[in-house]
Amino acid sequence: MSTLKLVLAFVLALVFGSGAALAQTPRLGKPISEADIKAWDIAVMPDGTGLPPGSGTAVQGARVFAEKCSPCHGAGGKGSPLAPAPLFGGAPLTSGIDTPKTIGNFFGYSTIVFDFVRRAMPFSQPRTLTSDEVYAATAYLLWLNKIVGENDVMDAKTLPQVKMPNRDGFIIRFPDRI
Amino acid sequence: MEASTKRGWDGVQVVAGNGLLHRRAFLRSGAAVAGAMMGYTFVRSAAAEPLKDDPWSLGMGAVSPPLQTPSRFERDVVRTLSNPNNELRNSHARTPHHLLNGTITPNSMHFSINHSGLPDIDPEQHRLVIHGLVRQPLVFTVESLSRYPMESRMAFVECSGNSAPMFSNQPVQATAQALHGLVSCSEWTGVRLSTLLDEAGFDPKAKWVIAEGGDALALHRSVPMKKALDDAMIGLYQNGERLMPGNGYPMRLLLPGYQGNMNVKFLRRLKLTEGPAMSYYEGKIYSQLLPDGKAYRFHFLQEVKSFITHPSFGLKMNGPGYYEISGIAYSGNGRISRVMVSADGGKTWAQAALQEPVHSKAFARFRAPWRWNGGPAVLQSRAWDDAGNAQPTRAEFVAVRGETKKPVTNLLAFPNQHYNSVTSWGIGSDGEIKHVYA
Repeated sequence: MSTLKLVLAFVLALVFGSGAALAQTPRLGKPISEADIKAWDIAVMPDGTGLPPGSGTAVQGARVFAEKCSPCHGAGGKGSPLAPAPLFGGAPLTSGIDTPKTIGNFFGYSTIVFDFVRRAMPFSQPRTLTSDEVYAATAYLLWLNKIVGENDVMDAKTLPQVKMPNRDGFIIRFPDRI
Repeated sequence: MEASTKRGWDGVQVVAGNGLLHRRAFLRSGAAVAGAMMGYTFVRSAAAEPLKDDPWSLGMGAVSPPLQTPSRFERDVVRTLSNPNNELRNSHARTPHHLLNGTITPNSMHFSINHSGLPDIDPEQHRLVIHGLVRQPLVFTVESLSRYPMESRMAFVECSGNSAPMFSNQPVQATAQALHGLVSCSEWTGVRLSTLLDEAGFDPKAKWVIAEGGDALALHRSVPMKKALDDAMIGLYQNGERLMPGNGYPMRLLLPGYQGNMNVKFLRRLKLTEGPAMSYYEGKIYSQLLPDGKAYRFHFLQEVKSFITHPSFGLKMNGPGYYEISGIAYSGNGRISRVMVSADGGKTWAQAALQEPVHSKAFARFRAPWRWNGGPAVLQSRAWDDAGNAQPTRAEFVAVRGETKKPVTNLLAFPNQHYNSVTSWGIGSDGEIKHVYA
């Protein structure tokens, strides 16, 4: 082993802790590159990490929603027998412990909307929307909740900057367990 | 009201009001109460009928099937379904606790919640990937994981929405299955997650693991590294057999004592990160509202709880006399250390016997002998865990967490999350059992 490799191994051991260099395990896991994980690596973090290229506005999103979302969520997100809960509005959270939660009155991060639409919607055909469609649908849902303007462009840079009304409404229940 | 430790019912020790007997009153090893048993005689019922051979004892029986199922006389002992037609929404199947006994939930009756139906996963094609803040991203198969050192442990899994109908400001009339059927307990066998994280080599900057399933929703939750390195397991077997599809086949994350939804089923991806994902399920559904409008985030723990399964709503009292009060207690904090039972709505209490061994973060079965005098009674159980936590009374719970302003009418709804107070069953002179608040 060259000196460089030895130094590299030592640094890696420092960075990744004793678990990396010393742990004895059966070593049956097969190495894979992050590039080959990309198709599954869809989680969007609250700071926007993981957001793909693309963009959309509420005006564009209204068309996406009418075609892909309204069959279950009703025209304009008002709800339907399949998914009765309206996707906007909502009573103040002080109205009772069973107050229905919406994007407008509850969600702490705009990225939750993008992430969930991309991974789970449309319910019967998840992960079939293009990134532009997801951005547009997200912009539309935020607009329905009066959080962004109808022509505000949502993309990887602007979306995480949208401050949600209930951003500071949460208490970590067991901080010592984190 | 009978006084504490009064001898009653032909000498058996009565230890609390309304006929609660000493927990060892009928155990052979009950030396402490042996004296109290002196002179004990049963009041016999009318003589039994003469015995004769029954038809099934007079001929060859049926074939023993490869996969056995319960007797046809037990057809009613099944899970109740919230979405039997598999409409495009989530579905719940609840465990019939009032019809079961012991500490293990049969696999066919383990509760199951699926947010997008049951995926039909081919175990040969299934992959688990560990990546993110690791030295080397790794892929595991069911076959490769099955070669790792395994461990077995008892653990309950509970939906954090279990018992949610009890947020109602009026008691809903429902069985223990309808109220508390979203918790079950199994012996799980699998591979310690820490073993796999060691193999991948983790960066000390990693504070969270994002766990994701291979179902249609690709449901994901953020798990603290603290838990991942503590007692987390990749579960492969449930009560000795491969996981049921509804419980995550072919592999699931098992986080003993943590809310069910975090125990990600159909597990296909673990990504180590510095921060949490703030996923839909942690950012909306499982962040529960408090009366002041704030919400808890990252509740994680299923706190100490108990409920009586026998007698309970849906069962019938068969006249005055001896009954065994029996139920389930568990805590995400550790072992159940004590369960107290009351027959007079919490005025007086008797200690219940705990079925040994009592496992950490698993069901403990408690039992208490009781002589029902045929009059009104209110049965309650209250549990403590070995971390010193006491199950709250309903009044204590509601004072902090609130209740609904109108009665809950939809038993399948979830007014809120993480309910763990005492449950009360009211018994009338007619033998009817009702759910009451006391």
